[in-house]
Amino acid sequence: MIVGEQKPLQEIKDMIAGAEKVLLLGCGTCVTICFAGGEKEVGILASALRLATRLDGKEVDIREATVQRQCEWEYVDEVADQIQEADIVVSLACGIGVQTVAERFPDVWVVPGLNTSFLGQPVEQGVWSERCAACGNCLLMYTGGICPIARCSKSLLNGPCGGSQNGKCEINPEVDCAWQLIYDRLSRLGRLDLITENMPAKDWSTSRDGGPRKIVREDLRI
Amino acid sequence: MTTVSNLQRVLTKGHFAVTGEIGPPQSADASVITRKAAYLKGNVDAVNITDCQTAVVRMSSISVGKMLIDLGIEPVIQMTCRDRNRIAIQSDLLGAWALGARNLLCLTGDHQSFGNHPTAKNVFDLDSIQLLDMVRRMRDDKVFMCGEEIKGTEPRFFIGAASNPFADPFDFRPLRLAKKVKAGAQFIQTQLIYNVPKFSEFMRRVCDLGLHEKVYILGGVGPIKSAGAARYMATKVPGMDVPAEVVDRMVKTPKERAREEGIQICVEIIQQLREIPGVAGVHVMAIEWEEAVPEILTQAGLLPRPVIPPEITTAEQ
Ligand code: SF4
Ligand code: SF4
Repeated sequence: MIVGEQKPLQEIKDMIAGAEKVLLLGCGTCVTICFAGGEKEVGILASALRLATRLDGKEVDIREATVQRQCEWEYVDEVADQIQEADIVVSLACGIGVQTVAERFPDVWVVPGLNTSFLGQPVEQGVWSERCAACGNCLLMYTGGICPIARCSKSLLNGPCGGSQNGKCEINPEVDCAWQLIYDRLSRLGRLDLITENMPAKDWSTSRDGGPRKIVREDLRI
Repeated sequence: MTTVSNLQRVLTKGHFAVTGEIGPPQSADASVITRKAAYLKGNVDAVNITDCQTAVVRMSSISVGKMLIDLGIEPVIQMTCRDRNRIAIQSDLLGAWALGARNLLCLTGDHQSFGNHPTAKNVFDLDSIQLLDMVRRMRDDKVFMCGEEIKGTEPRFFIGAASNPFADPFDFRPLRLAKKVKAGAQFIQTQLIYNVPKFSEFMRRVCDLGLHEKVYILGGVGPIKSAGAARYMATKVPGMDVPAEVVDRMVKTPKERAREEGIQICVEIIQQLREIPGVAGVHVMAIEWEEAVPEILTQAGLLPRPVIPPEITTAEQ
């Protein structure tokens, strides 16, 4: 899932400064699951902003809406009227949602209420952790299902660097060393042979390094 | 294959090799290099120049390498993958060779979160093993990484890599060394050794894999300046193993004798390393304490260094 985190209230307040009609637009998918931009968070943020703007002596009309998936036009179209009436839309979706609204409504000012953090997994209640960097050419078959690109701080492909210690990464004792995880899992599966082979330099052209990516499925087009 | 560097000649002739290290200044001041170089000249077979060590901006290792060459000292250029992609690395390597550098140490590099630009964008296009392979192919196959031929002079480096026997998982370390050898490493310089028994165990496994016959292994050593430095290395530096006995020994030494004791410990470790099968030399890292190197090497009986004219070993492996 896409994991996001709400921007600080002050930053959101600064972004909406001067607006009289503000729409807070939530998304019912990933950011709801990570408690950052679903209906509930939209409600909480709306109350906080109402309070904060009132304390400043300003009359701001703060409205709320949440669509099922903000990354798809057909869903944002459901709230087209509310979007068009607003001076500013604070999107509480991931960056894709913000851009979907901006693209669909060229005359509406849209700002992000979240920081889109990473592609991750809820590992325990209240904890999300990065799992994939969307490199465009998955190599999890060589690494026991643990991603060295997203989870090793140096994106190494040939085993743990000299900073790996007690299972933790050199950058921070809170961060797991991805290569220790890979080593442990492959030893358990009896497949250490996979990492004793030299892995060649990665072709990053399928990653963001090849420019913005696009998938066209001719068989699905109408 | 012909030998290209003094370091390679010393090793192929079977001498116990000694390399030193200089950390370039965090400024454009060339006099720092001249001062540090004076302690190393003639006392070591080659001098490593770190590449923005711990991700702190410093004078470029290749430019310092050129200064050393002009001073009559053979450099080992350190090249990390942190700050450059494969295009920049190959470009720098062509330049380094053209300037007369003959030894290259291929490293992944410390993460930038340690340095003075923690908000920097890192590169890590290649890892150290892919870098080794690229450098070897530039030399042996005369091609760039993309497969295109190098038309004209190719860089023919004596290629090195690093190994940290004290990082985890311990069981994988000899296997990772094997990967580096397979990729093209001809010599290895290790992380600083203070835990000699653990290093011996590592070397036993390395020899079991037959790696000591394929690569020259130089044990990393360095003098500790003070009890504080010992404690810091023991607890704060990732991948370092400084046993409690070593820290205790520094703590119990009166302050005014600390430096002497640090040098003494270093000399003792060198002597122990000389007894370990498969160890071909030592790499003395006394960054910001280069003055200590002549004394360490004198006490360890490693001076004077052998002088081997290039022609003698031409055509030897
Ligand atoms: S290899 Fe690439 S696609 Fe696969 S998990 Fe890692 S970043 Fe994602
Ligand atoms: S310690 Fe592990 S996760 Fe961290 S950079 Fe090194 S190999 Fe990667």
